[in-house]
Amino acid sequence: MSTRIFGSGIRRREDPRLITGSATYTDDLTLPRMVHAAMLRSPHAHARITAIDTSKAAAAPGVIAVYTHADTEGGLQPAPCAWLLPDSDLKIASYHCLAKDVVRFAGDIVAVVVAESRYQAEDALELIDVGYEPLPAVTDPEAAAAEGAPKLHDEIDGNQAFHWKVAGGDVDAAFAGADVVVKDRIVQQRLIPNAMEPRAALASFVGATGELTVWNTTQNPHIVRFLTSLVLGLSEDKIRVIAPEVGGGFGSKIAAYPADFLTMFCSRKLNRPVKWTETRSENYQSTTHGRDHVQHVELAAKNDGTVLGLRCTVHAGMGAYLSTAAPGIPTILHGLMLSGVYTLPAVHEDVYGVYTNGVPVEAYRGAGRPEATFMLERMMDVLAARLDMDPADVRRKNMIPKFDDGHEVVTTLKYDSGDYPGALDKVLSHADYAGLRAKQKAGPANGTYTGLGLATYVEICGLGPSQVAGAIGFQGGLWESAIVRFHPSGKVHVFIGASPHGQGEETTFAQIVGSELGVDPQDVKVFHGDTDNTPMGWGTYGSRTTAVGGAALALTARKIRDKAKVIAAHLLEAAVEDMDYEDGKFFVKGAPDQSKTIGDIALMANVAWNMPEGVEAGLEASTFYDPPNFTFPFGAHLAVVEVDAETGAVALKRYVALDDCGPQINPVIVEGQVHGGVVQGVGQALWEEAVYDEGGQLVTGSMLDYALPRADLLPDIEVLSTVTPSPHHPLGVKGIGEAGTIASTAAVYNAVMDALRPLGVTSVRMPLTPERVWQAIQDARQAKG
Amino acid sequence: MTVPVSITVNGQRYDREVEPRLLLVHFLREVVGSTGTKVGCDTSQCGACTVLMDGVSLKSCTALAVQADGAEVTTIEGLADGDALHPLQDAFWEKHGLQCGFCTPGMIMASHELLRVTPDPSDAQIRHGLEGNMCRCTGYQNIVRAVRQAAGTTAGQP
Repeated sequence: MSTRIFGSGIRRREDPRLITGSATYTDDLTLPRMVHAAMLRSPHAHARITAIDTSKAAAAPGVIAVYTHADTEGGLQPAPCAWLLPDSDLKIASYHCLAKDVVRFAGDIVAVVVAESRYQAEDALELIDVGYEPLPAVTDPEAAAAEGAPKLHDEIDGNQAFHWKVAGGDVDAAFAGADVVVKDRIVQQRLIPNAMEPRAALASFVGATGELTVWNTTQNPHIVRFLTSLVLGLSEDKIRVIAPEVGGGFGSKIAAYPADFLTMFCSRKLNRPVKWTETRSENYQSTTHGRDHVQHVELAAKNDGTVLGLRCTVHAGMGAYLSTAAPGIPTILHGLMLSGVYTLPAVHEDVYGVYTNGVPVEAYRGAGRPEATFMLERMMDVLAARLDMDPADVRRKNMIPKFDDGHEVVTTLKYDSGDYPGALDKVLSHADYAGLRAKQKAGPANGTYTGLGLATYVEICGLGPSQVAGAIGFQGGLWESAIVRFHPSGKVHVFIGASPHGQGEETTFAQIVGSELGVDPQDVKVFHGDTDNTPMGWGTYGSRTTAVGGAALALTARKIRDKAKVIAAHLLEAAVEDMDYEDGKFFVKGAPDQSKTIGDIALMANVAWNMPEGVEAGLEASTFYDPPNFTFPFGAHLAVVEVDAETGAVALKRYVALDDCGPQINPVIVEGQVHGGVVQGVGQALWEEAVYDEGGQLVTGSMLDYALPRADLLPDIEVLSTVTPSPHHPLGVKGIGEAGTIASTAAVYNAVMDALRPLGVTSVRMPLTPERVWQAIQDARQAKG
Repeated sequence: MTVPVSITVNGQRYDREVEPRLLLVHFLREVVGSTGTKVGCDTSQCGACTVLMDGVSLKSCTALAVQADGAEVTTIEGLADGDALHPLQDAFWEKHGLQCGFCTPGMIMASHELLRVTPDPSDAQIRHGLEGNMCRCTGYQNIVRAVRQAAGTTAGQP
């Protein structure tokens, strides 16, 4: 492998179009005869529809059609849930694209209008008369599971979507034999992903051919095609899904949504292109949310800090319906990660998925792992406080020692490789942790309390072996694919099944090909996001694009190299076994002057004037790579905060992030992923929350009300790394997209609690707004008397 | 009802009849077909629609097209000098100041304004100057680096 290309922070190949306004996102597209759809959404969180009168809207200027549920009978199936969690008594409520009789969250779609212009379509929404009989609503997951809670779906008792368990070791014995048990109730508040590009779909059905083309803001076009075939009753070969430029996802563009299917339905009905783009307000009230756990956690330990067992019950709010991948998030991706970086002898967790009158909850950056990491990392600090130990010491005491080829934990996962103590030590020494602690001991200055917060983590990435996917109920495979095609000029086209949307794989994948085959990454163009022009693949989420798709690509490049070597041997009149390869050159061993470049071979293979016997023309190969295991990136983060005890204001003063994602293909891109991920997690700790009022109205319904991280609220993040290759990945790489988010919420939260410890505060509900922190300080003072 | 407007976008004059309620951003995207300017929210928070009107930055979702009558509007498409990138564009590329790219046109135009008013800003001034533009991908750090790199060049000049 050429170290010049692999590991180099070259500029991104995708940027020229993005910095000049030349990129084409879904809403930028216009087709001939295109018309516009707008969705009428329920203003009620829970209500029976008593009547709908669309006549005035249908007669409004420019309006072409208005549809309600009755119009879709037979033409549109409910939006499917595609993660059928086994052994969990899973109960899937029908998620009709247009509400049938009852609306179950403020944002549920009641009618769709198609008009000549978007303004006309939105005008007409106001002319639709809907009679509602309001019903009681519930949005808190614990309250929704309680006796007597409003019932969302007639056929589902207790609003229980599923009850899933993970158990390992003898947890009862662990607690019976414990010197100390610490407990906490943790609320992982509901979050709104806020990809900057709102969701959109442009559907073009051509009646003459029966073919449907859909441009869609999706992280996984092949899955959208698959689900579209089920929902619209069209065969897959008649459907082409294109993810053009996609402006971020963070999990919110995994699901296949009712509004997307409705846009397709309208196009099919009208036999002309229909475009729908959500407003930001619509995004808040209908595009999937994240997190929403209420966790009751108990940790059993010995007096020396040795952890014996973890016991927890989680109520996970799922929203009104189960989104595409939703059941797997608070279970498989959460519960199986409860050992974290620690030797945990026993664990038992019950997860109750609960229907609530809110927006469906899906994967959101980290997807289950932040909720697991936070739980563990918070309890480590609670335990440290109880035992009056330093949080770093409690962690070190329980950490799995360095390993490089497999370590099985109590949840039965087999981690691939890790050096958790090494990561922690490097962060502590970089930050001068001992010095910071000493300074902290001097006490608060002018009412400002300093706090240090640690979070160490391991995450599960590179989803995953398809056999495991089947066993855990994921209704698809989890392999990835790549095609590499050399043109006669030696320039390369790469086609991948994954669908990056901002992460930069057009660059890092060009670097993989460049390093494997000695070509300039500038000569490698990566195609993705078009089901007609790329091989099948399962999409970009779970930090899997490089971990799985990158492996497919590396193996494909090696197939090309093998073939090129045979051709080169023929041209140099040498035996294949006498050939050597270095940096894009094939030569006879010991005679590097006699060589053929990969460009020479590409030309010969394409013209095929002089090929070895039995070797096909062309220089092209493909791989469908199904990983043997997941990958397990890890790291250690440290946050330093100052809390103003008079106002409750928290200032993040320093942030050190060490992430080990294995060898870094492009360290600049890795660093960018860490920055963005960390800030998203900081947002959860300090500012962000989707708030519903008692009636189920989204109070934080716009960017005015939902506090996104801003540039002026953040320090520079200090980014460190170690490199522990995955033993089973062809390049050793593990994945980096979610790392920052997984660790940073816990690190910042722990830092604030550390600062507040002298004041007697032990728990504050996130986000840690000044008002909440101030109130907690007052409460603690009162309690002290 | 429509009213006539004459708006120059990136040097090209557009004489059009528009509804009085038409937002400038929709004029740019749908009437002119200049889709580089983005719509990221509906409450003027995100800044993705930032353009220059007569050289001064403006969130184009907060203005009506009729308010731009007679004005010269510069969008992200008009920033480069032919094939030569504007220093801000080059700096965003060099410093990895973008990921998904959706906030980038507005972020670059807002940075243009920042450097016009404060040609040699501190990091804190950059962060303060960009607080009205949301980015969900980068955590802002590389955007700050990019603006710092562009500062001192002709970045803030029209």
